[in-house]
Amino acid sequence: MSPVGQRKSHESAVAHVSGTAVYTDDQREPAGMLSLYPVLSPHPRARITELDPAPAAGVQGCITVLTAADVPGENNTGVILRDEVLLPTDEVSYFGQVVAWAVGETEAAAREAAAQVVVKYEPLPAIKTVKEAIAADSFHNEPQIIRRGDPDAALSQAELTCSGEVDIGGQDHFYLETQTSWVVPDGEGNFQVYASTQHPSETQIIVARILGVPRNRVVCTCLRMGGAFGGKESQANPFAAAAALATYKTGRPARVRLRRHQDMLITGKRHGFLGQYEVGFTRAGQITALNAKLFADGGWSMDLSPPVLMRAMLHVDNAYYIPNLVVEGRIAKTNRVSNTAYRGFGGPQGMIVIEDVVDRIARTLKLPPEVVRERNFYSGQGETSTTHYGQEIVDNRMARVWQEAKERSDYGPRQAEIAAFNATSPYRKRGLAITPVKFGISFNKVQYNQAGALVLIYTDGSIQLNHGGTEMGQGLHTKMIQVAAKALGVKVERIRMMPTSTDKVPNTSATAASSGSDLNGQAVRDACEILRDRLAAVAVRMLNLDAPEDMVFEDDWIYCRTYPSARISFDEVVQQTYSERISLSATGFYRTPNIFWDAKLAKGRPFYYFAYGTAVSEVEVDGFTGTFKLRQVDIVHDVGESLNPLVDKGQIEGGFVQGMGWLTMEELVWDQEGRLRTFAPSTYKIPTISEVPEHFTIHLLERAAQDGVIYGSKAVGEPPFMLAMSVREAIRAAVAAFGDADYVPLGLPATPEATLWAIEGVREASSQGQPVGVS
Amino acid sequence: MIQPLATQLTLTINGEPVSIADLSPAMTLLEYLRLSGRAGTKEGCGDGDCGACTVAMIGAGADGKPHYQAVNSCLIPLGAVAGRQVFTAEGIVQGRIPKEALVKEPVTVEQLHPVQSAMVETGGSQCGYCTPGFIMSLFAAYYDGHPDDLSVEGNLCRCTGYLPIRRAAQMVAELAPQDRFSEQLVAASTVLAPLAYTGQAEQFYRPTHLNEVLELLHQHPKATLVAGATDLGLEMSWHRQHYPVLISLEAVEELKHLEHTDEFVEIGAAVPLSHIEANLQGVFPSLDEMIHWFAARQVRNRATVGGNIGTASPIGDLPPVLLSLDATLKLTGPSGERVMPLADFFVGYRQTALQPGEVIVSVQIPKALTPDAARRLAQSYKIGKRGTDDISIVAAAFLVDLDASNHILHARLGYGGVAAIPARATEAEAFLVGKPWTGETIRAVKPLLQEAFTPLTDLRGSAEYRKRLVVNLFEKFFVEFP
Repeated sequence: MSPVGQRKSHESAVAHVSGTAVYTDDQREPAGMLSLYPVLSPHPRARITELDPAPAAGVQGCITVLTAADVPGENNTGVILRDEVLLPTDEVSYFGQVVAWAVGETEAAAREAAAQVVVKYEPLPAIKTVKEAIAADSFHNEPQIIRRGDPDAALSQAELTCSGEVDIGGQDHFYLETQTSWVVPDGEGNFQVYASTQHPSETQIIVARILGVPRNRVVCTCLRMGGAFGGKESQANPFAAAAALATYKTGRPARVRLRRHQDMLITGKRHGFLGQYEVGFTRAGQITALNAKLFADGGWSMDLSPPVLMRAMLHVDNAYYIPNLVVEGRIAKTNRVSNTAYRGFGGPQGMIVIEDVVDRIARTLKLPPEVVRERNFYSGQGETSTTHYGQEIVDNRMARVWQEAKERSDYGPRQAEIAAFNATSPYRKRGLAITPVKFGISFNKVQYNQAGALVLIYTDGSIQLNHGGTEMGQGLHTKMIQVAAKALGVKVERIRMMPTSTDKVPNTSATAASSGSDLNGQAVRDACEILRDRLAAVAVRMLNLDAPEDMVFEDDWIYCRTYPSARISFDEVVQQTYSERISLSATGFYRTPNIFWDAKLAKGRPFYYFAYGTAVSEVEVDGFTGTFKLRQVDIVHDVGESLNPLVDKGQIEGGFVQGMGWLTMEELVWDQEGRLRTFAPSTYKIPTISEVPEHFTIHLLERAAQDGVIYGSKAVGEPPFMLAMSVREAIRAAVAAFGDADYVPLGLPATPEATLWAIEGVREASSQGQPVGVS
Repeated sequence: MIQPLATQLTLTINGEPVSIADLSPAMTLLEYLRLSGRAGTKEGCGDGDCGACTVAMIGAGADGKPHYQAVNSCLIPLGAVAGRQVFTAEGIVQGRIPKEALVKEPVTVEQLHPVQSAMVETGGSQCGYCTPGFIMSLFAAYYDGHPDDLSVEGNLCRCTGYLPIRRAAQMVAELAPQDRFSEQLVAASTVLAPLAYTGQAEQFYRPTHLNEVLELLHQHPKATLVAGATDLGLEMSWHRQHYPVLISLEAVEELKHLEHTDEFVEIGAAVPLSHIEANLQGVFPSLDEMIHWFAARQVRNRATVGGNIGTASPIGDLPPVLLSLDATLKLTGPSGERVMPLADFFVGYRQTALQPGEVIVSVQIPKALTPDAARRLAQSYKIGKRGTDDISIVAAAFLVDLDASNHILHARLGYGGVAAIPARATEAEAFLVGKPWTGETIRAVKPLLQEAFTPLTDLRGSAEYRKRLVVNLFEKFFVEFP
């Protein structure tokens, strides 16, 4: 049986459940390890008038305090622009910024020392919101524009138009394992970094930059992460750099382990967006023109905001053909955390805008929203199947996935049932909604679409597998073991997955953009096939045959396709290969073919392919409180030919629930002084098991092999996140049922409060307006 | 008699006796576990909100018998685990002692406990960081015979969306546990021995009689009282202050009784919510409802009635219910025992009528309907950003007694989250008495309710929303109980 396509538990599952899986901070401590504790800025923006670490020295166990003056290399952790100081010199730029790190023999000593560091500030005026940034012309970049057709003319000629604004909130990653890094010096000027990072190569680069040493003196290893979701792509770097700085200064191993409040205050989050639109459409609900503006809240530094914004702009069409479209994007510079990668990477924010638009059109025309959605899908070939950035969609599976979801969820009959329920229920209303997802797969930046692997076979036939991807729970390592086992024709037990490390596979890309399996899978297969060819040549000789290309590798045996009784064990062939002085290790490499992007024209083929999905959600909303209950979810999703259905379904379920959290309860609240008030799970609420309905089905699209991707599979990490838009639209449908308004704006997230105001808006706007409450 | 201070305390961790000295009794169990190399238990938040640090501890259940109880190790001070048996995810694997498990052979599937195997089988772990906590919640529920959603409500997972974890719970719910852990339970004692421990210049007393508490308070007027430590534990987890003297009320006999007569229910101040949940079910519907929404399993296993009242939070969950039920408090102190209506207990933001040296002994809830009442309607509501395990934006509890002609004889409207203290809408209550229980009456009382409180805007909700809920929740009550 092929190891690929099997329902296999996570390769670390036994270790997870028995508490024996080792995460960065669970390792055996090296002798003399120090702990760091941060001193945080209490102001969103201020001049540092005094920074005096001296009082900390009085704390027993305090070793030193790190300030900007200690940085031997370049005091900058910026990944696209060099605009992000590791430690500030004269000004702080956001509430919670690390001003200094106290270093102590223990965490307790470091904590007490940090409390003694004297910092004096002169508060400066801060830019606290995107709207304030727009008013002050405070941006990180020039406007980015993608244009198709003649939107201005099309808008002026449109049968109907409307315009509006969507204020989209951010989201904390809330990975369960906070940011953690250990740095251990080897005594010869080299630094071993253990970091919970999605991007070991970049962590290596930033550590080397801060220390001012060549990259070959820094090795970055990621054992595994306790969740990441984009939050450890660039955001892991400063903490590794701080630990490295402590090591550099003291000569001792050092660790940073953020506590939850610190993590939520210091680190970047999903970008909040302000979307503005003007849309032209026909009386039949066909969109003829869209003019959209997207303002991303970049926060104090650039971080990864440009590609996040670009992905939002590339997904402002979601699954819809819009013949005339202009989308302009800009990154607001605010005095907030520097927002960063987060599952979907801007895609969800772009899609929210168009889904708001589509609903607006439907209610204006008194058409069912799903009808308007269907009428605007990309279809056919050529123009109507080409995106606003000029990429023709081949193998468009939207209609197929959509139709199947409608059937499997019993959409039509349930809609009638819900209408009947609502007619007799004045205070509780139900809503049903179906929403599509079309998500482009590949890093926007072409050069990141490469990967490497290193496979080592030992003379007892056991195998070590290395690749550039990191494991954050998504099951990448599990899939890579399956790929290697298939490519080498061995049992999975033979393969040991090694921690991701920059001394094994160099110059890797972040494990991000859902691309982990696509890229690393191909690199692993490449390495395994190189080894297989070497082994086949030896096996042929051992079997006294002469066609190595006819050798089949399966289940620890090597045999001839046309003469299967002539077979030999994998172990024997490995031994013989060694004896013949043939290498038993190989590197593999992969680059995604046929993708390109012309940044000037904003056109190209940035995505290797698209992933498709559809979700149907039903909710019940309470008219007195605005609370909702998710009653049922049915999903059809396209993962190609699944490498591992257990893992893939896990990604879909998890992505959906995370998306639902973003859209319905996870609210970041800043006070009037620009201070984040929601930095703990007591104030920032992510879904619990009780928010997940009993009825929750997932169907993986069948007969869905994708050409040119590892064993026909498709990326699955991010796309399901956006399936949760169906929950928001279902809430909107329920809210709409409290009246007959032709516009149902709904806050993001749709908290009980936002929903109650939406209900009141509907009641007020409705022609047969019902007064609130008992009548 | 109060014991002399010892410099050592003992407990067992996964069956292994552990002796602790030179550590602060306010150090959390989680911190100790990780410092001592037992890294299987994770810190997810340090706030008792995510459950990643969940361990199981043997303690008295609502039936008085020993049970495995899931608790947040980040909120429990070492003093409170003295003499206890603690279990972690590493320790429930067959035939292993966890500290050794770290180095030798990897754990195998065959060695796993049934709840662990189920989680492997269903794909219940992705990143695995929350997993040990889920395992221990499921472990405790497994021996209680009801592994379900409610048993893991206090465990956050950011990866799976919970569906495979639910399937794992369902899988083990079908099994009848019969193993070394169920046997161990039969033999276990739930008696908490008295304790007097000092470490790092901090003292921890766990007396067993009320007079000892009063004596200790006399000796240490600035001592801090602690019971389940679900609130105070936060301060300890974040090292916000030192506690020179801590007095635990957890083992005090007089505070642990629960009396249920025809006329009243009396709940000792140190009775955990999980006992009320089980033993008073069906007695006060509004109390049942609120306890359902009150935190999660790990907290309900530890949090006490006295603590929820004594901490005097304006957003405590029990006070609105108890206010609506006309509960009274029994207090005792140097000048003797006294009884006061709960409504008089809260005097200001986080301020109570408790005198120095005084403790809450119990809360008494009368059961009798108003004379001539034909029926009683009562319900409570809690609105948060998230339905489950959230701090309320507004909580409300209502009670009306109606006569045979459907006129209101008695009305109580208790609210939380709308003022500096939990409070009743007394003007509205007075207005309602004598009126018929009709939509017209509800409409008429609305303006009074609208102006009953002047709540604040904060991160949980705006003042406008809170004001709206004060009115709407009462209307909702009317609609649901016409």
